[in-house]
Amino acid sequence: MRTYEVAFIAAPTLTAEELEAFIAQMQTVVEGKNGKVVKVDNWGKKPLAYKIKKFRDGYYVILTLEADGAAIAELERRFRVADHVIRFLSVRVDTDLKRSEKIKSARQRKAVARPMSAPSSVEDFEAEPPSAPIG
Amino acid sequence: MPAPKRFSIKRRRVCKFCAEKITYIDFKDGKLLSHFIPERGKILPRRISGVCSVHQRQLSEAIKRARHMAILPFVSD
Repeated sequence: MRTYEVAFIAAPTLTAEELEAFIAQMQTVVEGKNGKVVKVDNWGKKPLAYKIKKFRDGYYVILTLEADGAAIAELERRFRVADHVIRFLSVRVDTDLKRSEKIKSARQRKAVARPMSAPSSVEDFEAEPPSAPIG
Repeated sequence: MPAPKRFSIKRRRVCKFCAEKITYIDFKDGKLLSHFIPERGKILPRRISGVCSVHQRQLSEAIKRARHMAILPFVSD
């Protein structure tokens, strides 16, 4: 299983309901290929930086998937067939994110090893909220 | 007498991504990427922006992806 970010732009002529239906359809496609849609990020209608198929704006949707290459291939095939998808891009992100996490954790370990620069995490016991008076 | 050296305002010696501890440059973040796009729409060379080589490579990849998704322009003037 790999993590992918699949972004696509749908034509602005679509209604919101049609877009929702299309996203739901794509989710079933991914699930049919033993994948999982982790997150659906719908940006709504946004202006394009340049004209695509004579459209000046489009609906941006970003799907985060846990899936294999077969699911991506099927998804991309459907994007090519669908007339209302004007642009799409799939990016494999798990390797880059793993590397990013590695750098972050290494940085944290370094900060712990160098206590003089790291802020002290030991707090005064008196700093705790006082308990309710008895009686 | 040689002409005085011209210094651009953009000239910065510290890599923005190292300073802000950004380890993954996302192509969806058009606002961040637009700092490295001059008016013409080209990718700002790192001798001007001061971005380190590791981040410049990630940045150029992210900008190219953003261009494909019409988040950034290929050309603009």
